[in-house]
Amino acid sequence: MFGYSIADISNIVVMQGFSGLSMFTVLLLMALGLAIIFGQMGVINMAHGEFMAIGAYTTVMISKVAVTYGFVSYYFVFAILIAFILAFAAGYFVEFIMIRHLYKRPLDTLLATWGLSLVMQQIFRSTFGAKEVSAELPEWMLGSFNPTPDIDIPINGVFVMVLAMVVTAGVYLFMFRSRWGLRVRATVQNRVMAGAVGINTQKVDRVTFALGCGIAGIAGAAFTTIASTGPTTGTLYIVDSFMVVVFGGAASLMGTIASAFGIAQAQSILQFFMSSSMGKVSTLLVIVGILMLKPEGLFASKLRK
Amino acid sequence: MSTLNRRSFMKVSGALVGALLTAGIISNHALAADFPTSKVNTTGLAVTDTTVKVGILHSATGTMAISETGSIQAEKLAIDQINAMGGILGRKIEVIQEDGASDWPTFAEKSKKLLVKDKVAAVMGCWTSASRKAALPVFEKENGLLFYPTFYEGLEQSKNVFYTGQEATQQILAGLDWIQKEKNAKSFYLIGSDYIWPRTSMKIARKHIENKLGGKVVGEEYIALGDTQFGSVINKIKLKKPDVIYAAVVGGSNVAWFKQLNAAGLNSSKQTMLTISVTEDEVLGIGGENLAGFYSAMKYFQSIDTPENKKFVAEFKKKWGPSSVIGDVTQAAYLGPWLYKAAVERAGSFDVDKVQAALPGYVFKDAPEGSVTVEANHHLTTKLRIGKWKKDGQADVVYTSGYIKPDPFPKGYQ
Amino acid sequence: MNTMLKKIVSSNLIGGKQGAFGLAMLAALIFIILPVGVDIFRLNLVGKYLTYAFVAVSLVLLWGNGGILSLGQGIFFGLGGYGMAMFMKLEASDPISTKIQTTPGIPDFMDWNQLTAIPWFWEPFNSLTLTIIAILVIPAAFAYLIGFAMFKRRVGGVYFAIITQAIALILSILIVGQQGLTGGVNGITDLKTVLGWDTRTDTAKYILYYLNGILLFGSIFLSRYILSSKFGMLLLAMRDKEERVRFSGYDVSDFKIFIFCVAAMISAVGGAMFTLQVGFMSPSFVGIVPSIEMVIFAAVGGRASLIGAVYGTLLVNYGKTFFSETYPELWLFLMGGLFMAVVMFFPNGIAGLWDKYARKIKFLNKIYEDEKPVAETSATPVNAEEIGAKA
Repeated sequence: MFGYSIADISNIVVMQGFSGLSMFTVLLLMALGLAIIFGQMGVINMAHGEFMAIGAYTTVMISKVAVTYGFVSYYFVFAILIAFILAFAAGYFVEFIMIRHLYKRPLDTLLATWGLSLVMQQIFRSTFGAKEVSAELPEWMLGSFNPTPDIDIPINGVFVMVLAMVVTAGVYLFMFRSRWGLRVRATVQNRVMAGAVGINTQKVDRVTFALGCGIAGIAGAAFTTIASTGPTTGTLYIVDSFMVVVFGGAASLMGTIASAFGIAQAQSILQFFMSSSMGKVSTLLVIVGILMLKPEGLFASKLRK
Repeated sequence: MSTLNRRSFMKVSGALVGALLTAGIISNHALAADFPTSKVNTTGLAVTDTTVKVGILHSATGTMAISETGSIQAEKLAIDQINAMGGILGRKIEVIQEDGASDWPTFAEKSKKLLVKDKVAAVMGCWTSASRKAALPVFEKENGLLFYPTFYEGLEQSKNVFYTGQEATQQILAGLDWIQKEKNAKSFYLIGSDYIWPRTSMKIARKHIENKLGGKVVGEEYIALGDTQFGSVINKIKLKKPDVIYAAVVGGSNVAWFKQLNAAGLNSSKQTMLTISVTEDEVLGIGGENLAGFYSAMKYFQSIDTPENKKFVAEFKKKWGPSSVIGDVTQAAYLGPWLYKAAVERAGSFDVDKVQAALPGYVFKDAPEGSVTVEANHHLTTKLRIGKWKKDGQADVVYTSGYIKPDPFPKGYQ
Repeated sequence: MNTMLKKIVSSNLIGGKQGAFGLAMLAALIFIILPVGVDIFRLNLVGKYLTYAFVAVSLVLLWGNGGILSLGQGIFFGLGGYGMAMFMKLEASDPISTKIQTTPGIPDFMDWNQLTAIPWFWEPFNSLTLTIIAILVIPAAFAYLIGFAMFKRRVGGVYFAIITQAIALILSILIVGQQGLTGGVNGITDLKTVLGWDTRTDTAKYILYYLNGILLFGSIFLSRYILSSKFGMLLLAMRDKEERVRFSGYDVSDFKIFIFCVAAMISAVGGAMFTLQVGFMSPSFVGIVPSIEMVIFAAVGGRASLIGAVYGTLLVNYGKTFFSETYPELWLFLMGGLFMAVVMFFPNGIAGLWDKYARKIKFLNKIYEDEKPVAETSATPVNAEEIGAKA
């Protein structure tokens, strides 16, 4: 077939399958934080990418420390934790200063957070310099894992995949199996009633927003293994993240997962058979097309008014 | 002072740049008096008895700041050094820096401001082709002078621009010849970001591979700018099993490309790659461990082992910090002010037309990259080097070509 | 005489004494003060800014008064600009000045990409008449397509914003990718003449500046006319309570599509004027960033005020030029801070501040006291909660 051996083709099919899955988990990790914020609160956080950059820069800084003190092989655990904490704290602060005044005006949060993203980019540039930086990766994360000599499974891809599953499970437990989650869901469904039964809805909002930002921080930390870290890194991800969330239908965790999967497979396959940039354009066109036919996304659910 | 004397003076001062500091200042005092402003500046440029204004126009903000910061630093270093020697015709260079903000119309706007309002005598600036294309009509209309540092796709030659980086054929042909001979390569996979420079470069590379080297191009791929997902592309490469990947990916995509390529098992022990878009600057973002063993084709590497380069590197680090690195474009940007100084001194005037006429033919012997010659087509004759990347982010120069003449409109490659 | 004047002044188009005063001030600024007060270099910059003002005005119609936030107005600005650029490029690419090319007589970037003939969709742009028609019709048609697909299905609010943003992204990737046909990332550059008339001379710059100003006023009047008609009232009603308008028996989506098309045309005129004055067009105007920046121009001016939009555009761009010349590092902080401050503290922008404080100035008081505020500056412009596809 086309001059390739059967073994060649089956190897490629396996690896292509993995790269589709890998892109799925990347998109999922990217979009989870946004899905929580947008889905649960109706807030458009255009600075989502910059919260990811917080995580990425945290990882780079900690890797520098790790190189000095010689704990390179396991610093990533700390990096992810600290990335989460810092991004969470930043999100908490931003909600307090800005977002809470704008809940009634979702389109305005879009503009305000866009402004925030510009400010954050310049902060990164002034603090860390305009040039891109890179985190020293531990040896075990470099290279690939070979089930057979001709199949390469990227280890960083597996790492992102595992992390995405852990975070998704965590979000699920938090939202559906914890008191906090109950409060968040109650507030989403009926803010006034939730308030009436004694839920501090303001606090719920703040924690929800901060949580979304914290997850963005984790995503940013994880992406240092597969992509770049620079002041404008966040802008590379923002449109993709929004497409995943909107396509999935806001407010639905299942929807976000399904849409990340669908988009990743479509893009991965199209990019294999077409040129890479045309594959990307075609994917976006298909998404926009479907959204026009089904504006509420794949899995719609009711939003807070 | 006759022309002959001035020339011979320049030769001496050129050869012993820093050492002749004192002598330089004394002689240049004499020079300033020898060249009254009314004589050397007949077109109303911002040249006084003691100063000359020169513009620096790069992106200090926005996505391109990543790349252009190095150029700004190099140009400022060169200007400081020139001023320490007494300036140009006894006039100190006064820098007016403008920010192009990674936005092409802003480059046009700021060029116009520099030329029309500030009346600068020359501009060191632009980085991307898009910014140069936007600014070029302004330079041509206002008759300004631009020193452009980036290696680029060629297909341009303006009397108002001096191109201190390489045009495409200079960077591509010798590199392909080398890798074909060295690695006995038959099949090539071409991959680049989706815009004019990679596309033009790949077009030239393909013609050269197919017509001159008798090789085969097994795939040609373009990535949307800013795309960070390379899984499918890498699988396509694995299916085709090329002897050499020839890459010109830029920006954030470039980092993702190398990281994911390595992770997919295509490291330098299994795959030969020659890239024309990685300099020491990019290595900072990509990480040396992801690059080790791959090759870059550039005219300059920081590790070049000559006294001129060692001095340049030391002074650059002294001014901009010990951790700063110098890439190909940074070095090319460093040439700009020096070439301008030489041109003005050869012309004995700051007038743009005279400076333009005086520069071609000039040989800059002590450039960090080694001797370069300014050709009549306003590009430089340079050597090409192949660097093999090491983990620490520096490259071993494994091959240096002979002098290559610039050919911005290559016949047979269009 | 007096009665006639009164009639004109009180007509909807002018917007009463207050509206007339605002227009007169703006006209004085654009047509007299700026051309006299600044040199041709700065004036050319102002002219460039004023082309963005077209987009800001279109956003006042669309967003401030219609409640539809489009983050893709750059698309239409770009379409208009590319239309004009294609015309001027064809004119600049005569066989004599392109004789060094493999195929003389076609634009240089086509030659570099091995094209040997001008592609079919470039052909109409050989004619200025067809070009002008295309500049108006193509963006409107494109807007109709997008609008029809979305508004008929009641996509609104942030969904509309994000989808228009995605379309802007798609278009800019396409333009960059198809460089043989579009000039790619460099755009279409080195444009010099229109029907042999050199657009780069100082005289030409003055003429284009005034033409630009006149067209801008034309757009403002057109928008005023629309807003002060019954349709404008419905638009406002829709912004504030869409469902009630729908239940009153109006087809809301048709109104939205119409206003979206008008806004697209106004933006496209701005794009065409940009190309004429600046001499090139590039895909960097089609993307996401410029589209959002143009929203902030409108927001700073006052999202519901047509005249405010012009001031907002001038102010932000002046600030951008000033600060990036003086303190390049600070510029992004200021721009970002401006976004946040306007949204949080001055949701009605300059127009809102003016409304609040103008009355306190004695001689202005006379103009303002007996007039009922006209629609465009009065209504509470802060959008009602429009979260979902179904508001």
